[in-house]
Amino acid sequence: MSHHLLEFKDVRFRYPDGTEALKGVSFLITHGESVGIVGANGAGKSTVLLHMNGHLLPTSGGVTVGEVPLRKETRPAIRRKVGVVFQNPDDQLFMPTVFDDVAFGPLNLGLPPERVRERVHAALRQVGALALVDKPPHHLSGGEKSAVAIATVIVMEPDILVMDEPAASLDPKSRRSVIGLLNSFAHSKIVASHDLDLILDVCARCLVIRDGAIVADGPTPEILSDATLLAENNLELPLTLQGRPGREGTRR
Amino acid sequence: MSFEAAYSGIGRLDRLSYRDTVVHRLDPRAKVVATLLFVVVVVSFPKYEVLSLLSFFLFPILIGALGDIPAGFIARKVVAVSPFAVFVGIFNPLFDPGVFAIAPGVLVSAGWISFASIMIKFALTISAALLLIATTSFPGICRGLRRLGVPALFVSQLLFLYRYLFVLMEEALRVVRARDMRSFGTRGTGVRVFARIVGTLFLRTVERAERIYGAMLARGFRGDLPSMRREALRPSDAVFVLAAGSFFALCRFVPVPQMIGRLVRGLAG
Repeated sequence: MSHHLLEFKDVRFRYPDGTEALKGVSFLITHGESVGIVGANGAGKSTVLLHMNGHLLPTSGGVTVGEVPLRKETRPAIRRKVGVVFQNPDDQLFMPTVFDDVAFGPLNLGLPPERVRERVHAALRQVGALALVDKPPHHLSGGEKSAVAIATVIVMEPDILVMDEPAASLDPKSRRSVIGLLNSFAHSKIVASHDLDLILDVCARCLVIRDGAIVADGPTPEILSDATLLAENNLELPLTLQGRPGREGTRR
Repeated sequence: MSFEAAYSGIGRLDRLSYRDTVVHRLDPRAKVVATLLFVVVVVSFPKYEVLSLLSFFLFPILIGALGDIPAGFIARKVVAVSPFAVFVGIFNPLFDPGVFAIAPGVLVSAGWISFASIMIKFALTISAALLLIATTSFPGICRGLRRLGVPALFVSQLLFLYRYLFVLMEEALRVVRARDMRSFGTRGTGVRVFARIVGTLFLRTVERAERIYGAMLARGFRGDLPSMRREALRPSDAVFVLAAGSFFALCRFVPVPQMIGRLVRGLAG
């Protein structure tokens, strides 16, 4: 099946201060796809993500999630379908304990307490953070916070998981476990990141944004091995694709 | 006290509250009610009362000992905020020239007696409040307040205060460190730079608040912070409140220290 899951149709967005952040963005993401969004700082990645769950509404053009067009009134329905994990876990985790935080979404969906408890435990088990259930967020390490932040969103069982820099400022091991986690989800995934190796490991398809418009859209291995395209967008080849012949010999 | 010391003090208080002792296991409501009762009874004493207040120290001492809270830590915190109480009471000895006989032949100005009474009431109430926080996790206190009928909006504010106090303090700590690193002695530590730092922190906080609100909306927030903890009061909680309450009543209405004094004099005579 290939019904359209998320569609941006000529989306334009102007911030209140006059900055035109999106100048006609169009793409179509189908069920089960994993898509990376890359681009220079200020290219419009975050603005695109903020449109996906209606945090921002397009100035013109349209966003459709499933069969539902994004409008002010349809935002609650769309937020059930699209789960967004924000970049800074301290912004994502606002409740006093891990349990309360993960339970926040399901309780707002009006699920009965027993069902909420099951879902919270299942989500925390899935991200490997069940042991943290009673801790307050400020006692967690950076990697633990990231895992819990992801749990707070998957607990609502969204159709699409959207993530902004999911592994920023994590140590390599925590980063690796976040990558493993992302690969274990059957959801459609959309990941914006400067960590091109992460995109390469997680996403089959990749969009490149420059100045508020899509400049490339294709299979990740193809896009992320195009050194010219990457350089034009303040990016560079993923480290795993940079053969570093000069350095090889110095390794002990 | 430096900023870092203040921060680690709050962090320590917070960590203490996640221990597991008899006192920590009591229901937050029981502890909140007992502490409120304690404070009300202590401040209800007339202003020249000193001796009768002393028996109340038994309550914080007992809670501290059973809750395994280091007494020195609490004492240092009490001393740290004592200047407020000292300022409140320091003029009493000057303006209250009445004379009291505290022992046969020893006369003291009434002002000193009321000053001592203020300081004792202060030490009692502050140590009880600190011990409440040190033996009850802050979310627990908030749940207790909520179930005692405090409005949801107020409790949500307290919860956010607790959650982001640490985030904000760490942010402030980083900014202060960055300033100190480049201010070489005293230049750069003046009040003008301080004002700008506070301004920056305020703007960052506003931006963070917007992001948090976005995250809340993304997860279906509609104006109420839901919680599903439903602890039932156990018999031990009722016993605690009753025991504490009757102890306070006893010490309030029966002059225990004076009776002990009379007893001792009676035995000696």
